[in-house]
Amino acid sequence: MAKIDSKTPQGPLAEQWSQHKATIKVVSPANKRKLDVIVIGTGLGGASAAAALGELGYNVNIFCISDSPRRAHSIAAQGGINAAKNYQNDNDSVYRLFYDTIKGGDYRARESNVYRLAEVSNLIIDQCVAQGVPFAREYGGLLDNRSFGGSQVSRTFYARGQTGQQLLLGAYAALNRQISKGTVTSLPRHEILDIVIVDGKARGVLARDLVTGEIKRFGAHAVVMATGGYGNVFFLSTNAMNSNGSVAWQAYKKGAMLANPCFTQIHPTCIPVHGTQQSKLTLMSESLRNDGRIWVPKKMEDVELIRAKKKKASDVVEEDRDYYLERRYPAFGNLVPRDVASRAAKERCDAGFGVNETGLAVFLDFKTAINRLGQDTIKGRYGNLFQMYEKITDVNPYEEPMMIYPAVHYTMGGSWVDYNLMTSVPGLYSIGEANFSDHGANRLGASALMQGLADGYFVLPYTIGDYLAKEIQSKKVDTTSKEFDEAEKTVKDKIAHLFTIKGNLSVDDLHKKLGNIMWECVGMARTKESLERALVEIKALRKEFWKNVKVMGKNDEFNQEIEKALRLADFLELGELMARDALNREESCGGHFRTEFQTPEGEALRDDDKFTYVAIWEFNGVDAEPTLHKEALKFETIKLAQRNYKD
Amino acid sequence: MNLKLKIWRQANAKTTGKFDIYNIDNISPDISFLEMLDILNNDLIHSGKEPIAFDHDCREGICGMCSLHINGHAHGPDSEITTCQLHMRKFNDGETITIEPWRSTAFPVIKDLVVDRTSYDKILQAGGFVSVNTGGVPDANAIPISKPDSDESMDAAACIGCGACAATCKNGSAMLFVAARVSSLAKLPQGKVEGARRAKAMVAKMDELGFGNCSNTGACEAECPKLISIGHIARLNREFLSAKLQD
Repeated sequence: MAKIDSKTPQGPLAEQWSQHKATIKVVSPANKRKLDVIVIGTGLGGASAAAALGELGYNVNIFCISDSPRRAHSIAAQGGINAAKNYQNDNDSVYRLFYDTIKGGDYRARESNVYRLAEVSNLIIDQCVAQGVPFAREYGGLLDNRSFGGSQVSRTFYARGQTGQQLLLGAYAALNRQISKGTVTSLPRHEILDIVIVDGKARGVLARDLVTGEIKRFGAHAVVMATGGYGNVFFLSTNAMNSNGSVAWQAYKKGAMLANPCFTQIHPTCIPVHGTQQSKLTLMSESLRNDGRIWVPKKMEDVELIRAKKKKASDVVEEDRDYYLERRYPAFGNLVPRDVASRAAKERCDAGFGVNETGLAVFLDFKTAINRLGQDTIKGRYGNLFQMYEKITDVNPYEEPMMIYPAVHYTMGGSWVDYNLMTSVPGLYSIGEANFSDHGANRLGASALMQGLADGYFVLPYTIGDYLAKEIQSKKVDTTSKEFDEAEKTVKDKIAHLFTIKGNLSVDDLHKKLGNIMWECVGMARTKESLERALVEIKALRKEFWKNVKVMGKNDEFNQEIEKALRLADFLELGELMARDALNREESCGGHFRTEFQTPEGEALRDDDKFTYVAIWEFNGVDAEPTLHKEALKFETIKLAQRNYKD
Repeated sequence: MNLKLKIWRQANAKTTGKFDIYNIDNISPDISFLEMLDILNNDLIHSGKEPIAFDHDCREGICGMCSLHINGHAHGPDSEITTCQLHMRKFNDGETITIEPWRSTAFPVIKDLVVDRTSYDKILQAGGFVSVNTGGVPDANAIPISKPDSDESMDAAACIGCGACAATCKNGSAMLFVAARVSSLAKLPQGKVEGARRAKAMVAKMDELGFGNCSNTGACEAECPKLISIGHIARLNREFLSAKLQD
């Protein structure tokens, strides 16, 4: 196994990226035309990377599992994208965005990567505006900003409640332009089932054509994973139904190690679970916390009356309301980071103050803001979110407060990458949510869009050149080699086997079971005991899957059941690694909350002496224990401190 | 709620399809329409039958992946939403619900309720972009854009590319979809630069792909889950005409 080398540049933080760009290799236009790159996924990371690589002159194949690149789940991001423009003159800067991100991530991210992210953030806004992204504007014609959690400045650019959609349509348009020029080939309704490694380097992929079931081979000089997060391991999450962790997992089995897999973001403002027939959870944007105030009743009798629908929330008088975030965190109030807000909601509900029939909901109330600004202003800011809430719950949030509860939303963990965004397999890259690199143990709101586009437009197109410059003598990859033969046989055998099991449980039945284990044991609060139980239960469930799953239909047709079965097979292995990682990390940090490790006030208690490292797992076999490698995190610019959002 | 479902079943693009009838009981009015189909599919699997294929992904009404004609309406009887946001409380106990795929020659059926909408991608590839490369662009605040223009651009940009407009149109026209993109970019100085070229290229591609002509019935606007206005079609026509006059 290669030694873990983050390839972090030397020298002062603010000069590292410039220095690095000056020293890495570039590929001449004539040679770029001879080099093939595969991009997997068409969200903000994948679409922007493929477009930028196409513009540079590489031959790109881009794959997506949906019918069009525009469906990727980046499209669902609502609130905004951060950048250190300081357009509001509120003393924002690259350094402050960097600092907020490191602190928000509870000091578990790599300084060099995060600084670079903050540095390129401004370029992203320029690029998107040039593409015609209709960001919100002031009457003077200049761009507007709003605030997001974990920050005391207004640095978030937005397009109503559809920022992710508009940014993705920008990247998708750039991608379409390259497709029309012939530099990029788009392969929709294709799912990547394996990464092919030849002589230690990533050399291609195997794809299943989701319409015909045909297994196809694609060769390339480099492969980029832009496949998003693996939150659907919990079954219920805010992720799209088709989002999955399978490409990163297959890559893991081929040597691309996974970092901090237990770091999961539980988003505080989602519509609560309504029953056992629910298929997914819906996010209500963090931007709502700009104007919404979160509360539960102070008095238990009010809680009981509200649950019994004998009293309306709006009838609870001001002095009987516990605005618990404003009470506990005066400096940040309702705009504390997500992990803090989620835990505080759980604390109130665990104490018995949850306001719906399941006891798992708190109020998000716009009354104060509507009184101050008027309903029209609130409608202008959040109209589509209010409409979505009403369609789902049948409650009008202009009159009654929203009910919200935390839900799985984002995974900070992912494929380990070095400063160049290359995984531990040479030639295999990972960008956006799929990698682990920028958000530590908790991601700040409006930073996922920033990272996806930073990686795709402004980082990977530079760093991949350094690797490809050494490949200019390589011939076109031969997809008839024995490595492709073997990979194809393994994939085909696995698919054929799944159809022969003919058990008694559907893929969804088993996925719900896995989701239950993950939420109960590896969710918002984790203990040594719960994690050890998860390891046992997940193993048992995996056995049951391979003995008792029922997959209808056949392979050589459009078959959504085999798609789901293949993804669940991987989740059943990945879930175990998440539990193992959480068990290893005997501290609380960001979204990873081990009940045993907390301050007297119930805040996450880190153990910097023992755990200031990235936990990197190396695969040794499905039922064998993985090897743990550690990348020490060095904080040379920022001083490690207990996070404080109180004053 | 107990319901009778009349659902289109079709093995693939080469076969002809037919309606099958399914009964489903004990459905909570608070679940979504697609959750109801999930339950039906799980029942079908348990009884050894093929589940019904349908497209869906975000289930938040933004990705545009879900489709379905429900009781003759694109995205069902409720307004301003996609199928994934439709809830069972909009139906009555004992009702028969008819579920079909999009019906449009430009969207061939792949299986059951799943159709091929790559023709929409192809229209956008013909010109639905601003021709700028990555990097080397001016500062984001270098070009002021009036708030009304920017807002109107955003209204048009809300299109999710679901296909409801073309599937609803009696002529199978994709004009509303094309207009939304052309109009969104035409309202911005960045997009104006190549406005004429864009309008011509996208309309030509639409015609080439077999979409029909617009006869201004307004059915597309009525069924659009994002309320894209047919006013954008007027702007597309202006852009297109002025492009032709320049020729």
